[in-house]
Amino acid sequence: MSWHRRLPHPLTLSRLAADLTSILDARRILHEPEHLLVYGFDGTAAIKGEAACVVLPQTVQEVAEIVRYAARTRTPIVTRGSGTGLSGGSIPVPGCIVLCTVKMDRILELDERNLTLLAETGAITQRIAEAADGAGLLYPPDPGSMKISTIGGNVAENSGGLRGLKYGITRDYVMGLEVVLASGEIVWLGNKCVKDVAGYSMKDLFVGSEGTLGIITKVLLLLVPKPAAKKTMLAAFARMADAANTVSAIIAAKIIPCTLEFLDRVTIRCVEEYAHAGLPLDAEAILLMETDGHPAVVAEEAEKMADIARFCGAVSVTVAENQAEADRLATARRSAFSALARVSPTTILEDATVPRSELTRMIDFIQDVGQRHKLRIGTFGHMGDGNLHPTFLTDERNHAEMERVECAMKEIFEFAIKLGGTITGEHGVGLAKKKFLPAAIGDASLGLMRSLKQSLDPLGILNPGKIFD
Amino acid sequence: MPPAFTADESQRDERIQEIGRSAPEGRAGASRYLKHLDFSILQQCIHCGLCLPTCPTYDATKLERNSPRGRIALMRSIGEGGMPVTRAFAEELYFCLGCLACETACPAGVSYATMFEEGRADIEQAGVLGGARRNIVRHATLRFLFTHPLVLRFAGRLLRLYQASGLEAFARRTKLTRLLPVWLRDLEPLTPRVQPQFSDDLIRARERPQSPRCRVGMLTGCVQDLVYPDVNRDTVDVLLANGCEVFTPRAQYCCGSLHAHNGELEVARDMARRNIVAMERLAGPLDALDAILTNAAGCGSHLKHYDRLLADDPAYSARAILWSQKMKDIHEWLVEIGLVTPPPLSEPATVTYHDACHLVHGQKLSRQPRELLRSIPGLHLIELPEAAWCCGSAGIYNITQPEMSQKLLDRKLRNIEKTGSRIVVSANPGCCVQLEAGARACGANLRIVHPVTLLAEAYRRKGSESAGR
Repeated sequence: MSWHRRLPHPLTLSRLAADLTSILDARRILHEPEHLLVYGFDGTAAIKGEAACVVLPQTVQEVAEIVRYAARTRTPIVTRGSGTGLSGGSIPVPGCIVLCTVKMDRILELDERNLTLLAETGAITQRIAEAADGAGLLYPPDPGSMKISTIGGNVAENSGGLRGLKYGITRDYVMGLEVVLASGEIVWLGNKCVKDVAGYSMKDLFVGSEGTLGIITKVLLLLVPKPAAKKTMLAAFARMADAANTVSAIIAAKIIPCTLEFLDRVTIRCVEEYAHAGLPLDAEAILLMETDGHPAVVAEEAEKMADIARFCGAVSVTVAENQAEADRLATARRSAFSALARVSPTTILEDATVPRSELTRMIDFIQDVGQRHKLRIGTFGHMGDGNLHPTFLTDERNHAEMERVECAMKEIFEFAIKLGGTITGEHGVGLAKKKFLPAAIGDASLGLMRSLKQSLDPLGILNPGKIFD
Repeated sequence: MPPAFTADESQRDERIQEIGRSAPEGRAGASRYLKHLDFSILQQCIHCGLCLPTCPTYDATKLERNSPRGRIALMRSIGEGGMPVTRAFAEELYFCLGCLACETACPAGVSYATMFEEGRADIEQAGVLGGARRNIVRHATLRFLFTHPLVLRFAGRLLRLYQASGLEAFARRTKLTRLLPVWLRDLEPLTPRVQPQFSDDLIRARERPQSPRCRVGMLTGCVQDLVYPDVNRDTVDVLLANGCEVFTPRAQYCCGSLHAHNGELEVARDMARRNIVAMERLAGPLDALDAILTNAAGCGSHLKHYDRLLADDPAYSARAILWSQKMKDIHEWLVEIGLVTPPPLSEPATVTYHDACHLVHGQKLSRQPRELLRSIPGLHLIELPEAAWCCGSAGIYNITQPEMSQKLLDRKLRNIEKTGSRIVVSANPGCCVQLEAGARACGANLRIVHPVTLLAEAYRRKGSESAGR
């Protein structure tokens, strides 16, 4: 700053950046160290990289030309939205172009007759949810970062959220995609038809592909009618198994709640310390339960769920009488991550996932691992769909402890696989889980993935080194 | 009166993009402040990105460097020795408003304010933003005017003379203001009206209610004292009506927030020491006071951190801790002691409330001012859309970054218009000056008023009804 600013110096462009100016406005090409440094990381703890330059295209044509240029010069491209990923998927590889999609952020169409919404890839998830809400509709996937995450990033990572059990995940709402292929060709996959079996379901290939197969530029989403009513309850348990049994019994009673979220003891204590929500500190588990739908059905289901929780040994069950109370009850779960993240300098959020039936064993194992390796691990997550968030409270400067974190993580993943689960339920593989992937899916599956990658991106320019080498 | 910045909106937005992107070459210097900052503060950021949507500069440019997460990454890199203090970094940190909306959004409890102050101190000690005029202006204002309370008030009187004698009107009418250098000419319309009497003329050093229930110290501020001394008088009246005995030191020093936010941490420490001594001289040892009060959000947000500021000063650290414990915002205090309900308004009135950044984000006080307003019978409070989004005043930001400031002011005025209210309540003199200038420029007939003024008016009605205070 100066008291009165002068115009900045003209850009002195590096070679790469200079070439790119023939494709897009120089004002949307960044290559100075202060800019590159801040695109060197995403939401993942302790992984960094540095790009050669960052581009912020505004049209699909620009994206296609950038890809063609990259193919010609064999320059890797790492696509990035708002950089909230938790597996290092958008960390730049050396010498790469970071293609940041945040300037392609328009919502193009809301079709109330077909219940679809068309948006550019950089549209913020929250904006999409709000647009749907304004029309009395619901876009169900609600990843924790939705206030700033981009829809393109959600599709590329196949993000989940709190409503997975009843409503599914991002994949279940993708009806069509516009994708720029590694050749620079622009393809449109899918349409507004509920039924479409013309050829392979190619859009599905790109959902969860983490930017390694193509660059998503537009997304056509499915919306559903907004449920008319919702009921919120909070139950506390003296044993984790009681909470898990409650979940199983609710589902056995033919009820599919929209929320079944739990916190373990460590998390409960951290939340109480931070948010003073009045949680029982002696509880081993807390379960936040919500059911939504037709008011009459919701009332009936809520009553049954509360009964089941009590029958399964809940120490207390609180049913919200109004919205304010519902918000208060949900605070405990909503502030879980914040509460844990404050405890230590480095917070590593994992997402090992197991079949619902194996939840208790997995949670017990995580607590045991924490004790054995002298680590603080708070676990919370989506009990309805078996998606756990063991959260390591650590300090990346403490190398000895970081090594123990590595060991613990490896053990947790191995055990999850042994229980028929997976190493990641909603964060993706990226860089962070790459080394665990072969054990999780086996050589044959990995070979299939490799051959797909090879045929779609023969030059290996799209997000190389992510998911697998 | 013409608006401070006359170019059309798209031109202004392009200029903002340019500032956000600018990466000028220039002298780089070594870090002295960030380098010695406790690393746990620098490392607390988990780079989740949840601060991005709440940051006005990121919202305007969508560039990562213009976000809190980006700025923290730069500061962390400087702290770790990864990069020197560069001119681009300096310009970036002066592009930041310091509104602290990021602190409210942060799940990990990052103290952005601390880093921001140390970062700006680093910039000033490294001298990377040199320039003769900048140095002269900084010296004349920060180091001289705002460290000598009597000189400041004398300058205020001169300005008052200029404004009241008709000389200002004459200069504006005859376009004499055109003789000013461009940077001053653009700012001239922002000049607030200085009042004929300052706080010391309106408030006695010690004022006692009939039956005091507590003893409080009162800080009068700088801008508040010169431009809104009536707000200080109103504050004392409201305190008296609520049974507080009020001690107001004479010719008070600046609280130092202006210095701390602009890279003059040593001067800020000196100001803090002088304020502590002044209060002790008048009211005795600090622990004999129930509270020390300010009605200016920007000051309060800084005053509460004297403990942190003077932590390394053995002669003052204990007194500073006591000071910080006693330091309260007026709204916080009135709600805490239980406000005496004022009599009903003679005519119902509708108001809207603008959250000053350093009240809502800096001090986490948003409920209390609203509660006070609602406690005035007959006063109807309409929520202002985006009430907690910065108005662009941000200390001296409207002087240093007129384009961004104006953009935010326009947004605020549009939101105010949506409420239909002609009365806007805000608890920070900076916001009030900014909103008044904005209202003047667009010819809107708005009354900008501090909450305590509305309270004082209400109590006075009671006073006049029962004949005399």
